[in-house]
Amino acid sequence: MQLTVWTYEGPPHVGAMRIATAMEGVHYVLHAPQGDTYADLLFTMIERSRRRPPVTYTTFQARDLGKDTAELFQQAARDAHARFAPQAMLVGSSCTAELIQDDPAGLTSALSLPCPVIPLELPSYTRKENWGAGETFYQIVRHLADKSVTPPPREGRRPRANLLGPTALGFRHRDDVIEVTKLLDRLGIDVHLVAPRGATPAEIATIGAADFNILLYPEIGDTAARWLERSFGLKTLRTVPIGEGATRDFIAEVAAIAGVDPAPALPSNLPWWSRSVDSTYLTGKRVFIFGDATHAIAAARVARDELGFEVVGLGCYNREFAREIKAAAREHGLTPLVTDDYLAVERAIQEAQPELVLGTQMERHIAKRLRIPCAVISAPVHVQDFPARYSPQMGFEGANVLFDSWVHPLVMGLEEHLLTMFRDDFEFSDEAGASHLGAHAAPAEPAPAVAEATHWAPEAEQELRKIPFFVRGKARRNTEAFAAERGIAHITLDTLYEAKAHYAR
Amino acid sequence: MSTRPLDRADCRPVLRERGQREVFCGLTGIIWLHRKLQDAFFLVVGSRTCAHLLQSAAGVMIFAEPRFGTAIIEERDLAGMADAQEELDRVVSELLARRGDIRQLFLVGSCPSEVIKLDLAKAAARLDARHSGVRVLSYSGSGIETTFTEGEDACLAALVPTLPRDEAAQLLVVGTLPDIVEDQFSRLFATLGIDRVRWLPARRAAELPGVGPGTRYLLAQPFLGETARALEDRGAVRIDALFPLGAEGSTDWFLAAARAFGVDELHARGVLAPHRERAKRALAGAAERLAGKTLFLLPDSQLEVPLARFLATELGMAPIEVGTPFLHRRHLARELELLPEGVQLSEGQDVERQLDRVRATRPDLTVCGLGLANPLEAEGFTTKWAIELVFSPIHGFDQAGDLAELFARPLRRREVLRV
Repeated sequence: MQLTVWTYEGPPHVGAMRIATAMEGVHYVLHAPQGDTYADLLFTMIERSRRRPPVTYTTFQARDLGKDTAELFQQAARDAHARFAPQAMLVGSSCTAELIQDDPAGLTSALSLPCPVIPLELPSYTRKENWGAGETFYQIVRHLADKSVTPPPREGRRPRANLLGPTALGFRHRDDVIEVTKLLDRLGIDVHLVAPRGATPAEIATIGAADFNILLYPEIGDTAARWLERSFGLKTLRTVPIGEGATRDFIAEVAAIAGVDPAPALPSNLPWWSRSVDSTYLTGKRVFIFGDATHAIAAARVARDELGFEVVGLGCYNREFAREIKAAAREHGLTPLVTDDYLAVERAIQEAQPELVLGTQMERHIAKRLRIPCAVISAPVHVQDFPARYSPQMGFEGANVLFDSWVHPLVMGLEEHLLTMFRDDFEFSDEAGASHLGAHAAPAEPAPAVAEATHWAPEAEQELRKIPFFVRGKARRNTEAFAAERGIAHITLDTLYEAKAHYAR
Repeated sequence: MSTRPLDRADCRPVLRERGQREVFCGLTGIIWLHRKLQDAFFLVVGSRTCAHLLQSAAGVMIFAEPRFGTAIIEERDLAGMADAQEELDRVVSELLARRGDIRQLFLVGSCPSEVIKLDLAKAAARLDARHSGVRVLSYSGSGIETTFTEGEDACLAALVPTLPRDEAAQLLVVGTLPDIVEDQFSRLFATLGIDRVRWLPARRAAELPGVGPGTRYLLAQPFLGETARALEDRGAVRIDALFPLGAEGSTDWFLAAARAFGVDELHARGVLAPHRERAKRALAGAAERLAGKTLFLLPDSQLEVPLARFLATELGMAPIEVGTPFLHRRHLARELELLPEGVQLSEGQDVERQLDRVRATRPDLTVCGLGLANPLEAEGFTTKWAIELVFSPIHGFDQAGDLAELFARPLRRREVLRV
């Protein structure tokens, strides 16, 4: 057993729901107890969907346990088919139904429904949401893809690609698809099929008519993409175009695969915004990055190469991509953090003492508690990260969005200068707090890492308090490290400024 | 002691349906119970789904050092029972070591733990003996056994047998109420002259009430069937009353208590009159907007019947269908009598068929869960999401206006929007 308060991922059947909800003409019959319908509100509230997820739950209760539940499942499948007339049906079990061992596949095949029925085996006690989504999408493609469909000859037509991976409840999937489609259009490439988001089973059948695949979200689409490589010989482009540099790489690679001219890219504003003098203060800002592996790895590259930050922590919660995150962390000279325990993430953030945290909804709350600026780069996210406005992460407009949303929570250069000048002014005092945290933010200060070992003289402590709170943690840490190295047990005003001189860049 | 005729309420036809239910399970009760029981921790023994549900229901509250969590059952726990009990002991020891302030620990059963027949009662007894200073209890909040607010019922019913014996005459108010409401009620009971008033649940373990044959209890919530039965097993006697929703419901509730404790009727009415008048004034604005509007309540919390009574009798709304996950006829007898003729009562749910009835009857306001609200709005219906009625202070005189406003606001919003 694992003691959990927060979970980064839901159970695998929620992943399957994300696929079913993303698609058109699919219905999912889920063998599940009363109460599992809670997952509907993730879609209707967080993503503000206008439709209920296309999911029928058997909602069995205690009195149904026994052979009754099998009959209940068949009735639910029959009713769902009669009411919704889907082009294809998914059937499977949630965690409790997995334990009572009814067989949704067998039970549905006995009904001989006049549509393809795709059984899902989603082991709830070992796997999680992303895996469930990936497996479901793979099963759909494997069952529905028509192997006789191949791309028509290239003469007289533009090359065409499938975009694989976008789902319901995906972080910025809606706008990423639009942005990547625009980018491909400028290169003279058509999108044959976006899947699963918006695709019908009939369209999935034609998936082989594309010239190649573009894998936008490996967490969701990798299994299906690999199967398409094997079964159709469809090449897969795996560069995820998040950030200016990655987008340029993406363009070069897509042009090579498609055999088109890498058209002059419409660049983002990021390079100039990043070079403008107001951004000088971003140099060497210590940033901690955590999320799903794909977004975390992309963010680390943007942070270091495009904003000039120093990446001081990198990790992901999805173990399936531990190898990828390890490789990226090595490149940044870091030990990767692979965990789904948010307390471990909190400890790592406290130890790294970053000046900016890029993470999920959880890291936003951890950062708030530690009073560190933060921006969200990955699911799980709350309702405000399904915005009304256009806000992709991918492509050149995505790079603009990244610049704005990451820099916004930081105290900007001019502001930082003013804060230092007027640090005793009442409006800039510690008690006023950081503006983005609101007036009622908890006045908690990160616990000093080595406080017990060293002793601060009162006047040194007082001086430390004059340093703006957002760099105070770093000053304290540096001073204590400096003192520890030299065997100084008593930190005086002198020690403080000696250390400042030592660490001056 | 109620000798009122129940014929009308008993004869009222009830549509009983089975099918897909769009409801929460009893685990959700933890979200408000843990706010009330300030030194309790709720440890769900369940799956990742259970943890995910709590997280989705708790929203951002999850980060304020919440006093609930999930011991997620893993593949290896499913292999053998002995192992699962040892694992549970380990998790509980870790938890209690980390949270020294915890005085009550509830092991909360889920669907997975019920299906694998993990004996949480035995585990609770064992852990209770092992950890001195912490009372360990168990109850089930599983979806296969409980719907939404029934989780609170199961929790309180588990507490009742552990309460000390108390022979003295006392009033026991049963059901979680927000502190502010509890304080208002305390003041009113004191003014009425009822001296000995206790609360279940209490804010802290040390303040838990005693119970015995002198105890007369008053339900503050309609979903407490099991708790009521457990209290009656201990000799307590229920005071029959309307639930304290709205000016009339609150008046009736306090009057019933006053009568049970021999308070002079004129004095009691005199004490309550200004509160009742103030509540009625607060209702006037919403009444104008809501009068004549048709209403459809989908099943959620068992609050539906008293809410429909309040909305019909005090605000002039016309309920079409009142759905409830479970209909406790005896506790709701007087509420049912006051519902207008022709209201369709339904117990249980087949959500697709019920939505067909919503579409066919086109109510002015539909009360439903968050999974249905936006899709119904997109179809052109005005909705009020039900879960807010459990989290907001709605009971008593001084909340009557707020309660009415919860229903008036969605209709007003539909009028003001020009997009």
